[in-house]
Amino acid sequence: MSDTTAVSAAVPAAVPAAALDIEAWTCPAPLRDRPRVVMGHGGGGALSAELVQQIFAPAYGGAALAQMGDAAVLPLGGARLAFSTDSYVVRPLFFPGGSIGDLAVNGTVNDLAMSGARAAYLSCGFILEEGVELDVVTRVSEALGAAARTAGVEVVTGDTKVVEAGHGDGIFINTAGIGLVPAGVDLRPQRVVPGDVVIVSGAIGVHGVAIMSVREGLEFGVEIKSDCAALGGLVDAMLAVTPDLHVLRDPTRGGLAATLNEIAAASGAGVVIRERDVPVPPAVANACAVLGLDPLYIANEGKLVAFVPREHADAVLEAMRAHPLGADSVIIGEAVEEHPGLVVTRTGLGGTRVVDLPMGEQLPRIC
Amino acid sequence: MKYIDEFQDPELARRLLDDIHATVTRPWALMEVCGGQTHSIIRHGIDQLLPKQLELIHGPGCPVCVTPLEVIDKALEIASRPEVIFCSFGDMLRVPGTGRDLFQVRSEGGDVRVVYSPLDALRIARQNPDRQVVFFGIGFETTAPPNAMTVHQARKLGIANFSMLVSHVRVPPAIEAIMSSPSCRVQGFLAAGHVCSVMGMGEYPGLAERFRVPIVVTGFEPLDILEGVRRAVRQLERGEHTVDNAYARAVRPEGNPAARAMLEDVFEVTDRAWRGIGVIPGSGWRLSSKYRDHDAEHRFQVDGIRTEEPAACRSGEVLQGLLKPHECEAFGTVCTPRTPLGATMVSSEGACAAYYLYRRLDMPAAKAREATPVV
Repeated sequence: MSDTTAVSAAVPAAVPAAALDIEAWTCPAPLRDRPRVVMGHGGGGALSAELVQQIFAPAYGGAALAQMGDAAVLPLGGARLAFSTDSYVVRPLFFPGGSIGDLAVNGTVNDLAMSGARAAYLSCGFILEEGVELDVVTRVSEALGAAARTAGVEVVTGDTKVVEAGHGDGIFINTAGIGLVPAGVDLRPQRVVPGDVVIVSGAIGVHGVAIMSVREGLEFGVEIKSDCAALGGLVDAMLAVTPDLHVLRDPTRGGLAATLNEIAAASGAGVVIRERDVPVPPAVANACAVLGLDPLYIANEGKLVAFVPREHADAVLEAMRAHPLGADSVIIGEAVEEHPGLVVTRTGLGGTRVVDLPMGEQLPRIC
Repeated sequence: MKYIDEFQDPELARRLLDDIHATVTRPWALMEVCGGQTHSIIRHGIDQLLPKQLELIHGPGCPVCVTPLEVIDKALEIASRPEVIFCSFGDMLRVPGTGRDLFQVRSEGGDVRVVYSPLDALRIARQNPDRQVVFFGIGFETTAPPNAMTVHQARKLGIANFSMLVSHVRVPPAIEAIMSSPSCRVQGFLAAGHVCSVMGMGEYPGLAERFRVPIVVTGFEPLDILEGVRRAVRQLERGEHTVDNAYARAVRPEGNPAARAMLEDVFEVTDRAWRGIGVIPGSGWRLSSKYRDHDAEHRFQVDGIRTEEPAACRSGEVLQGLLKPHECEAFGTVCTPRTPLGATMVSSEGACAAYYLYRRLDMPAAKAREATPVV
């Protein structure tokens, strides 16, 4: 997209209002591309997808990458191994409801859980910035260890690098994890069919707003705690009802909107959600209204989205609600034959609109 | 959230819609001036629920969309300087100037920061006395008072390393320009409630009388908009053209005198170019000579910027209701939020972006698929 068909149009000369030539109104922004990485490339939206599709995938090749899931499911010695990696660059390192240590465990554990696997082993790579206090490293490590014990996963290998002051943000952490996918479990978007019921495991937008509240110094009247949690146990409870779940995803970066779009695009099915049924806590709705953000695009860290065959939906929902991390589970919509690949919401007033993949990161509006 | 839920109540909305359907007997065209209203209309599907004869035309009231290319280019030039910390509201970072945007400047090493208040920029200036801190002051009468107050504070506190790149615009001259156009189809206005909460309603009776159009001050929640539409069509059906306040919980007739006094102290009226439209006389504010020391254009000498604009974009027609966004050939194909051809596709409040985000179902299936990002 580099066509910059341009007309010489410095600021047009002033004209009396009565003589304004509306027919000659033009809109001026040129097409352009981005020669450098911008923040949106890491936002989990369209720019992230482009980075993977246009640079990483062609460079790496290989069948595993073609899965494009949160975890790769790989055959190994007659079993199926789930394998995932993720890096954590959150700021600040400690926030209401958790820390970068909790995130580094729960994020990777959840990526594995979304393939049906219970995480068994984790690796942990620390990139430390020169000058960061060892007390902070200790607190993050203890949080990481505690989260691992809660999730029932062992940290078995690691690595440490230090970068010069000014070249990091205190602490970056990378974790990779492996686990076994139980027999009979096959979770991937290609299995979604029209009629599947869409369930979310509770309130959305909480983690993103909690981070914003401390990072940007915004106070929303009530403290909002991150929902950061490991979802392996909840997934176990769901699979105990039926192994025939079609797809699970944790809607992290890009929020519920990005996750539903990824599933719709990969499955070829349309998705319809009912806006009024999407659980948005008042504090999150408040914060989003103030900033001009949409809760559907806000990150979560302890929630999952499930596409479940209609005949199993009630039983799965019941099992989810019986688990502490799924107590507020609710059906928000279904997969449909209409508008393949698109996510549509029915508004509270009875209209419809497309819920799109976010471009990069959401930006607070000017007014 | 009670105070928002109350204004999204489906039952009350249904009653207002029934009333509107019962009132409208012939075709009418209303313009909602504010981009926030456009966004709300499309987001909640309000236009789908109104009578077919009633057309909502999306006005030029998106501050991000109408900020002139020349000013964006000045911002890019200033933000690229190593001594500068450039502060802006978030949604300005993605608006392309000639060839690049503020995100790109940041990726090239520029110190560009998102702030939530102009006072944050002033705080950054105090914390960085050896740097030049510039705030990008754009928007309508809504955002102008806090920006004016910030400049006032900078001067009062003697914060010499703070300046503002100002490109504020005013709504009434834009309404006058739209109504003066021979191709104008607008028969009534939903005026922007937030603007009126600052400026009051005094600027509108003359316009309503001169152009014989009803002007209804309207809020932003679904029920606010439906009530604004209801009052406007009631006037149109009766042949009336008065100024009516359907947003009384936020708007007093006299507006906010303290805010207006601050505006008068810090700014002076100037001609201003509107991106996609052209220069509208008297439609902008700039810093008055008293505050020249805090004027970034003066401080950084960014005159002589040459701008280049693509010829293909038709958003000028979109802005005045001659074309719906999805009727444009480029819509959703060469022109998307990823690769905007025009400013109305850039901002989330822009009419084209709102249609792209929410209305691809209205497009032919093949074009909708083409417009859908591949994941």
